[in-house]
Amino acid sequence: MMKRRIFSIFHLRSSIAVAVLILGLRSSVTFAQDTTSARGVRIGLTYATGTRPGVFLAPVSGPNADSVMKILSRDLDYGDRITVIAADSGDALTGTLNYPTYAALGAVAVVQASVTPAGSLHIVVHDVAGARVMNVSDIPLPSPALGGEWRLALHRGSDDIERVVTGVKGIAATRALFVHEGSLWIIDSDGAQAHAVGGTEGGLSPAWHPNGRAVAYDELANTGHQTIVVRDLGGGATHRFATRHTLNMSPTFSPDGSTLAFVSGDDGTDIYSVAPFGNDSPKRLSVGPGATSNASPAYSPDGKRIAFTSNRLGHAEVYIMDADGTNPALLTTTLYGDQPYRSDPDWSPDGRRVAFQSQVSGVFQIMAINLQDRGVQGFTSEGRNTEPSWAPDGRHLLFTSTRSGTSQLWVIDTESSRMRQLTRTGGARMGAWSPRLDAGK
Amino acid sequence: MFASRRSIAAIALTMFVATACKKKPEPAPAPVAAPPAPAPAPPRVNQDSIDAARRAAAEAAARAAADAEARRRAAEAESVRSMIAAKVYFDYDKDDIRDDAKATLDAKVGILNANTAVRLRLAGHTDDRGSDEYNLALGQRRAASIQRYLVSRGIAATRFETVSFGKERPAAQGENEAAWSQNRRGEFEIIAGGDMLRMPK
Repeated sequence: MMKRRIFSIFHLRSSIAVAVLILGLRSSVTFAQDTTSARGVRIGLTYATGTRPGVFLAPVSGPNADSVMKILSRDLDYGDRITVIAADSGDALTGTLNYPTYAALGAVAVVQASVTPAGSLHIVVHDVAGARVMNVSDIPLPSPALGGEWRLALHRGSDDIERVVTGVKGIAATRALFVHEGSLWIIDSDGAQAHAVGGTEGGLSPAWHPNGRAVAYDELANTGHQTIVVRDLGGGATHRFATRHTLNMSPTFSPDGSTLAFVSGDDGTDIYSVAPFGNDSPKRLSVGPGATSNASPAYSPDGKRIAFTSNRLGHAEVYIMDADGTNPALLTTTLYGDQPYRSDPDWSPDGRRVAFQSQVSGVFQIMAINLQDRGVQGFTSEGRNTEPSWAPDGRHLLFTSTRSGTSQLWVIDTESSRMRQLTRTGGARMGAWSPRLDAGK
Repeated sequence: MFASRRSIAAIALTMFVATACKKKPEPAPAPVAAPPAPAPAPPRVNQDSIDAARRAAAEAAARAAADAEARRRAAEAESVRSMIAAKVYFDYDKDDIRDDAKATLDAKVGILNANTAVRLRLAGHTDDRGSDEYNLALGQRRAASIQRYLVSRGIAATRFETVSFGKERPAAQGENEAAWSQNRRGEFEIIAGGDMLRMPK
């Protein structure tokens, strides 16, 4: 039998708030049977958009239990889909759970995690309402403990918990590339493990290959020459693309990874495409007109279209064209901010929205346009906010902000508007959110 | 009777300096008497020393003249270099050559015509208000705009290379128009033929 004193709500301190939270969860959470099941043991639960079901995270057992507990609870919190209810002390749960106890705490699920002697993360997820085990999984934890790959494996565990409880896989097992002090850097989704990527001096505008193992970027030399580089993040092997232009920048991969689009020119700039690992000549996609700057391409998730910045009407706006360069059309207008401009589009992974930056009273803010009804949502107002990059869940955005006084990367949940600071080292910018870094990638 | 080589050289040098200091020739002295009988030829060793001293004097004079010319050339080259390096400035989000920039560029046209071996890198820069990537594109248009102007004044396009640094290399720090206006600029760097720079005649 659990003793009441060991329970605490992870975020809220007063018991009044706890009561409100529990009542709120009970009244707003809707339950529905999920027709899918895995190995006959899982009965998933789905929830109305905007709710955060409570999940009781039981004390973790095994080696490095404190670190595992901290990482899992932080991941589930940062995912913005779950309200973490954590035991702040006590022993791991054993035997049959007293489900009504957890229901009274507002938990729809209980997570029991342990690190096995064999070095795996063993996760049991209980359905509180159904008083049954929903899912059991084992994730191998690579050595050394607490190292980068070990942490990434734990994040995969968090993402699987989110999938089981909410039906949507989490985004904890992701990383971000960014520019800091004239080099590319990489950081885990929870802000841990920030470090420089060796050999990327002069690197700008990093972009992930969809396999999560390679990056493309623009290398700005001291001469001003810019070269597109594709780099293997594991081995460090690089491939440089020769063009007849001095300016080559803002590379991006097509969603299937077969094509690299980038910007090139000596006066006006156009968008080109090329096979990312071959030696073919780049093919021009956008066509001027004249000395027009076309920049910052971003593929739609089906790979059929490209959003980009262009000043073809005299100032920068966001356009969309077909992936072969035909049918360019204006997407944004001055209705969404000041003259001159809107730029730096990024297409959401669900295909529904294009995020961009727009000047409002002379300062850039992050917005997204819904492609169905052209409705525009603004997400920021404090400081200067630029360079949006979608998370793989199509819900969170990474962006550069000066709100803390220095240029840092921040994350916003576009549904709740909750924000958190990702980087702590001044001068971070040009963040690019990775795809999900699944095992085997 | 035999003076040391050093003292002869010293005497010769003194005579040379005294002569060299006289810029204008002395007025011809009034004839007074018949020229004296030629002095007997000095001993062979002395003659060698005097010749050596004369040669040294001539070489020193040539060196001094060459040094003076080198200093003049260096000063001239420095003037040319600073005229080449003079920056031009742009309006916000624009690549048009402003009237004040035209005078600066016209001075460079003369320099480029007088120094046909010179090749320049034209680098466009922007202020830090716009998008990082769009600014790289804008800087490139500024560099190309400078090139177009110089080509329109008769300079071969092959003598230029255009690059952009966007907002990556600010010349001035600050979130105000004073800094921004200094950063919206074109810079000029000699990448070939910068050894013997001459002012236009």
